Amino acid sequence: MTEVFGVPLPALLGQLLVGLVNGAFYAMLSLGLAVIFGLLNIINFSHGAQYMLGAVFTWMLLDRQQVSYWWALILAPMGVAAIAAVVERTMLSRLYLLDHLYGLLLTFGLALMIQGLFTNFFGSSGLPYVLPSEFSGSFDLGFMRLPRYRAWVVMASLLVCTATVLAIERTKLGSYLRAATENPLVVRAFGINVPRMITLTYAFGAGLAALAGVMAAPIYQVSPLMGTDLIIVVFAVVVVGGMGSIVGAIVTGYGLGVVEALTKVYYPEASNTVIFVIMAVVLLIKPAGLFGKER
Amino acid sequence: MEVILARGWGRFKTGFTELTAVMALALVLAPAFGVYPVFLMKALCFALFACAFNLLVGFGGLLSFGHAMFLGGGAYICAQTAKAWGWPPEAAILAGTLAASLMGLAVGLLAIRRQGIYFSMTTLALAQMAYFIFLQSPFTHGEDGIQSVPRGLLFGLIDLDHPLAMYYFVVALFVLAFLAIHRIVHSPFGHVLVAIRDNEPRAISLGYDVNRYKLICFALSSALAGLAGSVKAIVFQLASLNDVHWTMSGEVVLMTLVGGMGTLFGPVVGAFVIVGMHTYLASLGQWVTFTVGLIFVVCVLAFRKGIIGESTRWLAVLGVKGPEGK
Amino acid sequence: MSRTDIAPLLQVSSLNAWYGESHVLHGAMFDVQAGEVVTLIGRNGAGKTTTLKSILGAVPRRQGSVRFEGGETVHMHSDRIARLGIAWCPEERAIFSSLNVEENLMLPPVVRPGGLSVEAIYGLFPNLRERRRSQGTKLSGGEQQMLAIGRILRTGARLLLLDEPTEGLAPVIVEQIGSTIAELKQKGFTILLVEQNLRFAASVADRHYVMERGRVVDMIPNDQLEANAARVKTYLGV
Repeated sequence: MTEVFGVPLPALLGQLLVGLVNGAFYAMLSLGLAVIFGLLNIINFSHGAQYMLGAVFTWMLLDRQQVSYWWALILAPMGVAAIAAVVERTMLSRLYLLDHLYGLLLTFGLALMIQGLFTNFFGSSGLPYVLPSEFSGSFDLGFMRLPRYRAWVVMASLLVCTATVLAIERTKLGSYLRAATENPLVVRAFGINVPRMITLTYAFGAGLAALAGVMAAPIYQVSPLMGTDLIIVVFAVVVVGGMGSIVGAIVTGYGLGVVEALTKVYYPEASNTVIFVIMAVVLLIKPAGLFGKER
Repeated sequence: MEVILARGWGRFKTGFTELTAVMALALVLAPAFGVYPVFLMKALCFALFACAFNLLVGFGGLLSFGHAMFLGGGAYICAQTAKAWGWPPEAAILAGTLAASLMGLAVGLLAIRRQGIYFSMTTLALAQMAYFIFLQSPFTHGEDGIQSVPRGLLFGLIDLDHPLAMYYFVVALFVLAFLAIHRIVHSPFGHVLVAIRDNEPRAISLGYDVNRYKLICFALSSALAGLAGSVKAIVFQLASLNDVHWTMSGEVVLMTLVGGMGTLFGPVVGAFVIVGMHTYLASLGQWVTFTVGLIFVVCVLAFRKGIIGESTRWLAVLGVKGPEGK
Repeated sequence: MSRTDIAPLLQVSSLNAWYGESHVLHGAMFDVQAGEVVTLIGRNGAGKTTTLKSILGAVPRRQGSVRFEGGETVHMHSDRIARLGIAWCPEERAIFSSLNVEENLMLPPVVRPGGLSVEAIYGLFPNLRERRRSQGTKLSGGEQQMLAIGRILRTGARLLLLDEPTEGLAPVIVEQIGSTIAELKQKGFTILLVEQNLRFAASVADRHYVMERGRVVDMIPNDQLEANAARVKTYLGV
């Protein structure tokens, strides 16, 4: 039995897999946050609530309408994105000319409202979501077993992250967004409907959070509180990655998952704080983040 | 400061001293009118917390996302010295306040090196670290918290177990702290602080060591927050993880926003409103969270100056100048 | 050839504009015929840039009348105005640092047929073709100016608003821009130009409007510029 610094290899690999799966969620969530902050300069505190809504809607679709997981993957993010678009149009857009602070406070207030509302209807203990039968079982890799659903989560998140990065860096719409970040007035004067683009981008970011929520439903506990403590960690990931950097958010997200797993194995007391220690260090040495640019 | 009420009600002087006196008098008489001292003490502790936070954000222009660590840190140290080491309440409170100000110095030294949102995120990171350190430290007893903190004998004479004795001690401390904040804000130090808040490059060009001013403001604010936490620990005889959780940091932002950032009376009003809401709507269960969120949203969209700010504006429209001087 | 027979392409009247409390334009009035090159000249702070921005709807508040091809645009949002066929080259050039040269060039959408093709633009400004993959802001001042002008040529907009296109540029580049404007005029573009450099303005324009303190105070046809040199000098405070 091989051991790595005193820990048996299968146990280490098992933890690393858990870490990779967690990292997949950190990556998707921080991607959504980074898109919203990087392109719109909005600090979206509702992100955790949007993630929770994705999971709860998935549960509701199965429980109330017998709609399967596969449909939920499309319907739940679309529903949350629609709600987010309305929020942006009616409330957020009034705050753009003011300090960052107000957007953050507004989205924080909305997060509390959503959380309070859903805790009232569903209680704060978990809602059970059954793993779809297509995913039962695991792949036998010889040195470890890889549960099918977890493999799917990692692959799907990589796909979503890559697709988003390509869309922003390579497409026309992406270049409109990047230009609008720098000078929305001029971009609008070129004939591009910047306000509509902002609404769609915010909705997209929220939809990404909801998608993460759908994927979380079978493996994490679905509860109205599931986004609350997670959002702070995701903020830390975005700050470490670089607040405007989308690639930074993804890399840091996966990285954190792995680092957290390693910390849990070798130094468990620190596993909760390791991201914040890293964040404090990064803020002191390179405040723009690992991949960020000073603004 | 003179105030001329419109509609010819005659000249009527209302300055800061007068308003504070009214406030103090109201607090002294309130129990006689049937207002529960426990509720008032809770509100006063949070009012002090909010005033401390407002010193940093409203006058210093520095938005801290982790101020709960000072409230809770003060509470824990005070509770520990009072319960485990048997210190009298005045010493325990002093210990809590001192501990919080030392924390503030340490955090401030790290955070002040950055500006704007990066400053705020640094305070958040450090507060989260503090939370988990407190969670795991044996002396805090984790989820249980430090319970049955003795009220003790104030100055060896006054038994704080007597509810009114405790109450008037809290009122006295609060009024003293409130007056102290007023002195700080209106001192030369305070004027420079506001100048830095409004135009930092200009202040630097005038030769001020802005970082030193910000750090002192941070230490003062954290000390006062620690004072609030320590008093709260004695009053409720409990120091718990709630006090250091990030949602507590969010609550104090809300109180200050609702009351009016950058005003002296604003945080007090805001604290009373929010604590009042929590207390009297407690029967609504989770609707409290929803309502708190709703108030946040409404304030941010329509009511940014807070109660004091907006009413000062309204009074100005009527031709009245208030104690805030605006 | 009476100018009043043909409706002007752009007709500005009673144009007022504000930045917050500050009232910057006080009833500006002028017009531009199709195919003309017209300049707005005047001292710093006279309101020339604000006028261009007001035509485009890029000021916080405006009032009055701006008719483009006969239609009133003063109440429209800037993206809609742009799509009618007006393009803007701002004073600060606004080259985007997160886009490369080619992406900057391709950014403004085509609003009308008849714009120059990318090849034609590279033909006008060969330097841009060489640097097409470079980050937009890594170009020299002159090249950035060429990029800023080039990118609006693709859109097919018939009315071009150019704000100080020669500012801070070497004389060689200034000449190049002058000949570009002449070529564009030949091709039927209409150009409204804000210019501090009077000699350059005289070399390209048909008419000059003088602005002072937010108002249009005079109009001088180009062929009468020399004759009125003294008057012009007082306007410009030289």
